[in-house]
Amino acid sequence: MIDLIFAQTLNGLASASSLFLVACGLSIIFGVTRIVNFAHGSFYMLGAYLAFTLVSRFGPADALGFWGGVLLAAVIVAALGALVEIVILRRIYQAPELFQLLATFGLVLMVQDIALGIWGPEDKLGPRAPGFKSFVVLMGSRFPSYELFLIVVGPIMLGLLWFLFQKTRWGTLVRAATQDREMVGALGVNQRLLFTSVFAFGAGLAALGGALQLPREAVNLHMDLSMISEAFVVVVVGGLGSVTGAYLAAVLIGIIHAFGILIFPKITLVLVFLVMAVVLVIKPYGLMGKRPVGSAHAHGPVEPLLLPASHNVKLIGLAALAVLLLAPFVVADHWLLTLTELSIFALFAASLHFMMGPGGMASFGHAAYFGLGAYGAALAVKWLGMPMVPALAFAPFLAGIAGVIFGWFCVRLSGVYLAMLTLAFAQIAWATAFQWVDVTGGDNGILGVWPAAWAAPKLVYYYLALAVCVVAILALRIIVFAPFGYALRAGRDSPLRSEAIGLPVMRIQWIAFIIAAVAAGIAGALFAFFKGSVFPTYMAIPRSVDGLLMVLLGGVQTVSGPIVGAFAFMGLQEQLMKATMYWRFVMGASIVLLVILFPRGLVGTALAFAERRREAEPAAPVTATPEPAR
Amino acid sequence: MSPVLEVRNLGKSFGGVRAVDDVSFSVEAGKLLALIGPNGAGKTTCFNMLNGQLPSDRGEVIFDGRKITGLKPREVWRLGVGRTFQITATFASMSVRENVQMALISHAGETWTLFGRAKDRHVAEADALLKQVGMLDQAERACGVLAYGDLKRVELAVAIANKPKLLLMDEPTAGMAPRERIALMALTAEIARERGIAVLFTEHDMDVVFAHSDAILVLDRGKLIAKGRAEEVRNDPAVRAVYLGSGATSGGH
Ligand SMILES: Nc1ncnc2c1ncn2[C@@H]1O[C@H](COP(=O)(O)OP(=O)(O)O)[C@@H](O)[C@H]1O
Ligand SMILES: [Mg+2]
Repeated sequence: MIDLIFAQTLNGLASASSLFLVACGLSIIFGVTRIVNFAHGSFYMLGAYLAFTLVSRFGPADALGFWGGVLLAAVIVAALGALVEIVILRRIYQAPELFQLLATFGLVLMVQDIALGIWGPEDKLGPRAPGFKSFVVLMGSRFPSYELFLIVVGPIMLGLLWFLFQKTRWGTLVRAATQDREMVGALGVNQRLLFTSVFAFGAGLAALGGALQLPREAVNLHMDLSMISEAFVVVVVGGLGSVTGAYLAAVLIGIIHAFGILIFPKITLVLVFLVMAVVLVIKPYGLMGKRPVGSAHAHGPVEPLLLPASHNVKLIGLAALAVLLLAPFVVADHWLLTLTELSIFALFAASLHFMMGPGGMASFGHAAYFGLGAYGAALAVKWLGMPMVPALAFAPFLAGIAGVIFGWFCVRLSGVYLAMLTLAFAQIAWATAFQWVDVTGGDNGILGVWPAAWAAPKLVYYYLALAVCVVAILALRIIVFAPFGYALRAGRDSPLRSEAIGLPVMRIQWIAFIIAAVAAGIAGALFAFFKGSVFPTYMAIPRSVDGLLMVLLGGVQTVSGPIVGAFAFMGLQEQLMKATMYWRFVMGASIVLLVILFPRGLVGTALAFAERRREAEPAAPVTATPEPAR
Repeated sequence: MSPVLEVRNLGKSFGGVRAVDDVSFSVEAGKLLALIGPNGAGKTTCFNMLNGQLPSDRGEVIFDGRKITGLKPREVWRLGVGRTFQITATFASMSVRENVQMALISHAGETWTLFGRAKDRHVAEADALLKQVGMLDQAERACGVLAYGDLKRVELAVAIANKPKLLLMDEPTAGMAPRERIALMALTAEIARERGIAVLFTEHDMDVVFAHSDAILVLDRGKLIAKGRAEEVRNDPAVRAVYLGSGATSGGH
């Protein structure tokens, strides 16, 4: 037993090293640039692929060839990181946080297709490291010596980084910038260099983490997202911006993984995320993190007034609805499927917008509630033998209950921390669906979730979905303009003032969270009957990001934005998928371009344009400019 | 007549620093009490304990005959305490009128209502309040784009929306031009007398303080060093020492 514990501990420590390198880079980048770099997993993946190619080229048997290849891979990715920073990120530091996130997700998509183009879809098995091919016998069990090497790499890198940050001028600047945002401004010209170098350095660390995994596991195209979600966990548990925290958290997560497999093989993933949730509830800013100074809305444009739909907007809305109602009589049959899907996703986007826009709570894991709605419907059909209508009514409850539980934790945090916690909960939901095979069918999902006979014809189901979605979207809209919606926005704009006029901000946000979850659950349930089956992918990260894309594309500030965004996104995706195998690349590039060109989203930009025209017409009232505070 | 607010032996430390140290005073309805002192004297900390934003270490706060120590800000507000902040806190994405309506909605207990336009509620009442602070003509503008002095007036309207018995104003005129300051405090004094609201305010501008307070409290390094009418305080040697700079440790003016 003791030797088993020992072996698993070593296992955990070995996997902690790469995780640490990636998370540490992510953390440093966030600390200085305040960008949550979703593409960090992509750098990790690129590091692994490049190392694979370089090592094969240089000769894997030769020590210089292997280690040279590994290091060169890290250096190349660091240079790529610098390029990305200069070409893309530099232009969007002033944009709202979520748009930056979106741009980095655009990069994720681009890198996925670049890797697919260069290395193809098959997994790549790397060579073993020269000099570390044997086993070491420790306490009676055989242990690969490369694992031991990795265990040592972690603390060594921690020591090196500590030296770098404490003893060099560059490190001092990085620390200063992490602690005090104002400081960065005072750096003047140096700032650009600092940001670029930090980004390159972080990317290089991630790539090194990936390259070092080469002898350990096959390189594949899914490494990026699985790594980024774990790295988020590590960074959040450790505390954003803290290198030591990242190491502690990486070790913690690595060990939980190793032991989880022994003790609860079915719920290892759940275990990891549960630990994260517990840490965040006890120490909301992570093990070693500090409460961020300054407001969460430090940059980004001032939120505009939220005006109820003008006459024109109402007319456009009615016209759009009329088009949707009449479309089946005009368009080809297969379009019905697309339109059904569009309606469902418009509701999904609207539900996410409800918590993100008026609520100010950005969710990285909204797919969880969509997926739980879908599973709710499927489980009701499969295990409770319910017909469609009761199942449709039952499903949102499952999503709502998850909203009650997850939301209770999430509203205790704000900003990036809240977003990452939502991601963690979504991963719990996903892992449950994936691992609890007896109930959910695991990867194979649940099949045979068909609508009732009367709703089976495509046309009927389209109208059913459209009706439900329109009603739900309108309900969300009414709530936004009702006192509750105002109270929700009040809590977002100024929690201080809200509490000082009797508004219980957390409770309001919690209720909003639950409402959003239920609405997403409705969309998910409709989707389950539409597809006739449910799979864990319904609540995987990409689906959550799809939601984010729809909302941000349309613009967070407007209530109609997410609907426009959903249509734009789905339309774009469908066309691209038809046009090219590399649709992800085009999609990613479009996202990046959109963020650079329209940092307020499509509808937001249009509104800003209209606003400028409106302000330009009558002379603005003259107001006394405030005297600077003494 | 019993005081609206009574503070007894209030104390708060941050680490080793005694930000507020054994402070006691009271305010009566319709009176304006000024709390003055150099920067870092503990005025804001004191305010934050009064409305429940900060837990106090020692002492108690009695409002309207009821102990409110340990209550949350929103509970204190419900009992009838309005507050403005040193750095204005308003809802930037709402219009001036909507800011006031929000307070009225909360006061009326309509926060959880899920339908019916918030914009259409309590319009007349909101406009009356805005008229009183001279912001009616800007009612439709977004708070996010207002001049600082105007924001302070919006805050005043919001703070009196729940018909409070006590108004706490932390540096209500900071960032305003001198003439505007006098005007705002004159307005506050007028509202306070008319509605019988007790006002506790902090202020740096001595002209404002002497013109518009019924009594003055002087705080220095957490301790109450003087209290009384303007004349008494003005001639107090301890106060002169703090304000004329012989107390080398304090950084105010
Ligand atoms: N949250 C806090 N943490 C630590 N020290 C604080 C905090 N708030 C205030 N202080 C300290 O308490 C003292 C009083 O501050 P404050 O009440 O803001 O003074 P004033 O409002 O009179 O300028 C100062 O020394 C300040 O540094
Ligand atoms: Mg102060």
